[in-house]
Amino acid sequence: MSDTHAYDAIVIGAGHNGLTHAAYLAKAGRRVLVLEQRHLVGGAAITEELRPGFKFTTFSYALSLLRPEIIAELDLVSHGFMPLYMRSHFAPMDNGDYLLLGPDAGVNRQEIARHCKADVDGMERFEHDTLRVRQFLRPLFDNAPPNLFSADPQDAEQVAWLVKHLGSADAKLMHDCVRLITGSIADFVDDYLESEIIKATICSAACVGIKLGPMSPGTGLNWLYLAMGEHDGIAGSWAFHKGGNGGFTEVLARAATASGAEIRLNSRVDHLITEQGQAVGVALADGTEFRAPVVVSSLDPRRTFLQIADPRELPADLVQTIQRFRFQGVASKVNFALDGLPRYPALEGRTDQYLGFVNVAPTVEYMERAYDAAKYGWYSEHPYLDASIQSMIDPDMAPPGKHVMSCFVMYTPHELKGASWPAHREAMADRVQATLRRFFPGFDDLVLQREVVTPDIIEERTGLSEGNIYAGEFFPHQMYVFRPAPGYSDYRTPIRGYYQCGSGTHPGGCVIGAPGRLASMRVLADTR
Amino acid sequence: MRTTPFYPRLRELNHSHMWGNWAGYLSATKYDLSSKHEYFGVRNAAGFFDTSPLNKYWIRGRDAERLCSYAFARDIRPVRPGRAQYTLWCDDAGFVMEDGVVFRTAGDEFLLTAAEPNLGYLRGLARAFDAEIVEATEDFASLAVQGPRSRDILAQLTPDVVDLPYFGFAETKVAGSQVLCSRTGFSGDLGFELFIPADQALPVLDAIIEAGTPHGLRPYGEEALNMTRIEAGLPLFGYEFTSSRYAFTHEERFTPDELGLGWTLRGLDDPTRPFIGREAILAERAGAEARWRTVGITMTWRDYYDLHASNGLLAIPDEVPVPWEVMIYDAEGSRIGYATSFMYSPILQRHVGIARVRPSHAEPGSEVFVEQTVNHEYVNVRALVTTLPFYNPPRKVAAR
Repeated sequence: MSDTHAYDAIVIGAGHNGLTHAAYLAKAGRRVLVLEQRHLVGGAAITEELRPGFKFTTFSYALSLLRPEIIAELDLVSHGFMPLYMRSHFAPMDNGDYLLLGPDAGVNRQEIARHCKADVDGMERFEHDTLRVRQFLRPLFDNAPPNLFSADPQDAEQVAWLVKHLGSADAKLMHDCVRLITGSIADFVDDYLESEIIKATICSAACVGIKLGPMSPGTGLNWLYLAMGEHDGIAGSWAFHKGGNGGFTEVLARAATASGAEIRLNSRVDHLITEQGQAVGVALADGTEFRAPVVVSSLDPRRTFLQIADPRELPADLVQTIQRFRFQGVASKVNFALDGLPRYPALEGRTDQYLGFVNVAPTVEYMERAYDAAKYGWYSEHPYLDASIQSMIDPDMAPPGKHVMSCFVMYTPHELKGASWPAHREAMADRVQATLRRFFPGFDDLVLQREVVTPDIIEERTGLSEGNIYAGEFFPHQMYVFRPAPGYSDYRTPIRGYYQCGSGTHPGGCVIGAPGRLASMRVLADTR
Repeated sequence: MRTTPFYPRLRELNHSHMWGNWAGYLSATKYDLSSKHEYFGVRNAAGFFDTSPLNKYWIRGRDAERLCSYAFARDIRPVRPGRAQYTLWCDDAGFVMEDGVVFRTAGDEFLLTAAEPNLGYLRGLARAFDAEIVEATEDFASLAVQGPRSRDILAQLTPDVVDLPYFGFAETKVAGSQVLCSRTGFSGDLGFELFIPADQALPVLDAIIEAGTPHGLRPYGEEALNMTRIEAGLPLFGYEFTSSRYAFTHEERFTPDELGLGWTLRGLDDPTRPFIGREAILAERAGAEARWRTVGITMTWRDYYDLHASNGLLAIPDEVPVPWEVMIYDAEGSRIGYATSFMYSPILQRHVGIARVRPSHAEPGSEVFVEQTVNHEYVNVRALVTTLPFYNPPRKVAAR
């Protein structure tokens, strides 16, 4: 690279993908500068102490899809990587009963049999069929998509590989893939299962972060994406990073800086500087300029193409595609500081149900009705909640005997019809709390403090457009070779030296690191 | 963890305090500190084993026989009420999914036992028939009473066992409870299994213990069960095979012939009985040589002893079956198979195994070499291919 610049590469944004990307470039010997608008690293993966001793995972709250090779390649353990095991999945029911799944297959069989005996082998067939789909799609997920629209012989080789791989599926596997990718999760689970709570539990995982209900075609794909995680090699298993996901991004920051990357906080990038169609640096909002022959945006596609870059330097059809790219965030967080553990009457005296996720989605219809509100621009009266009492897993999260509860809330659309979030934030959180009270009697008495994070706040603080937690919806036409736009799934942009490495690129959102890593392979190959 | 209806008594009897996890139920690993002691209890007198976690299903209705003869690879039609049959079920490609025992309780009623849950699968099949599948696992406590004294013990409680033929059963009364008692088992010896209404489990068990104690009856756990069934040459789900339904590759799937269970397929060419997998099995038999044959292997004690002695070690055999596959080679060192179960047999006083080998090495008497670890090195020890079972006393099937 050119010696006339202070840096070989500038990474915009110190979210987990920006940091991962910077760490890979720095490890390869590149001089890297990371520019972060806020006073802390992490982007949407931060932990904040909003009350002395109580640590909140403000936005994202668990790890599953983090690609295992990143842990090894960036030597994250030596920088403090500590993924704590979330052992259970607890789903309270309207009638006071519950579904509690844990680490033992035999015990899980008995728990499923308690609800529906036919679902014991139904669940095993569901898991086997979906595991085969996951295994089959894994190479697509783990590698940069080929450019279907290029004349480059290297791309043609990869397209040929893709066609050959797809052709290797047997009829059932291909059919299962298409059923999942194009269909609704509710239809898919109906083919295997009878019990409402078991179906709802699977369906709930398909509705996280997407503006679709379980009966909408497309939720199968969201389920599949989230199920590509394999914490500790166990498909679908999740972890809680010590100190929350903020603890994880601090590990990434240490890994990056240990390799020589420089992270500059409170440095909001205003725009990309180009010279003759080539990126040469960035200018901050305060006018400060930094020069480098490579600029990599970890921001979402709307910001990368329409705000940081000058759209006039881009092809008009790309600009249109990005303008059409759907964000439409629908998720909120309500985080609680609690004076003690919630009570669940059917499990009086037990606390093991809180060692993982607490999933309030008692029926498929409950979730679909929660989604109905969002279709028409309003938030759910009875929201679907994915909660976790993180201090049960990591005692550092709250003072002894006290707890923090992260509560992910669906559905709360970014655009409220005829209203704005500041006027409705607390009312929405009241509905969340009312839902928790319904299942956990006396919940209100435990609440010491609550933090309400609606999509407008997610957008304002993290920069994620419309507060979409994935940096763009997981719709088939916005995934794989189409993420973020046809012909631009290779982490490049039409501006030479300007790259993308955020969750708006393949494979997509979640604390996964893959976009940052795959983009680094592209940048390093292009700038050898 | 759940417990079976016998648990309150078994807990008192389990002096080892060692329990395993059988599909979410506590199941004793062994009751005595020596599972070999329990094993000899079964071989010499009698033992009882709690099989309650076995899945049980009623198959009932006008089409129950048609459903069974379609779902299961072995023809159920010749089985009369009061008789049971070991069977297996296959997938469309002719690979084995599972095995179990079907009890014909009436012309239109069957009771199936299976290692794995099958309710959803069987109900799916039953949709095309006038038959229903009813879950019955927890309606019964089930108990195996096995060993040469088993008949004498049970005869004190019900005369109906005395003339039961092999794989026959009777619905009878034991200690005042209505019990289904069959002459079946997993030990390779004379033995019986009792299906007891769950709420009557303890009085029936207590009566059996009382009747059996003077005969040397004792409880036995999973380790002794495994030892006896290996000597009996009986395949165990999870060891000899797993369900083709949940396999990822064909290497994980096996046909009935490959598992040594081809004998269950008599009447395969009978066109009046289509069943799942039939076409594929016919094609397999008409086609190229099978991939595998299931055989017994035995290693002589002297070879095992000398191998250790020549390495400065004392050979101390362990009768507990090894929980891994043991690789098998030919004389040139090419791998030709693997043992799916392998143990030291305290009766035969040598190592025995259930193995899958290439057909070229499947003839009884063929010399093969079994991989062992000695002084942290792999060494191949000479072994002979045998027929199964290793232990097969005539009383297993004989009339009284």
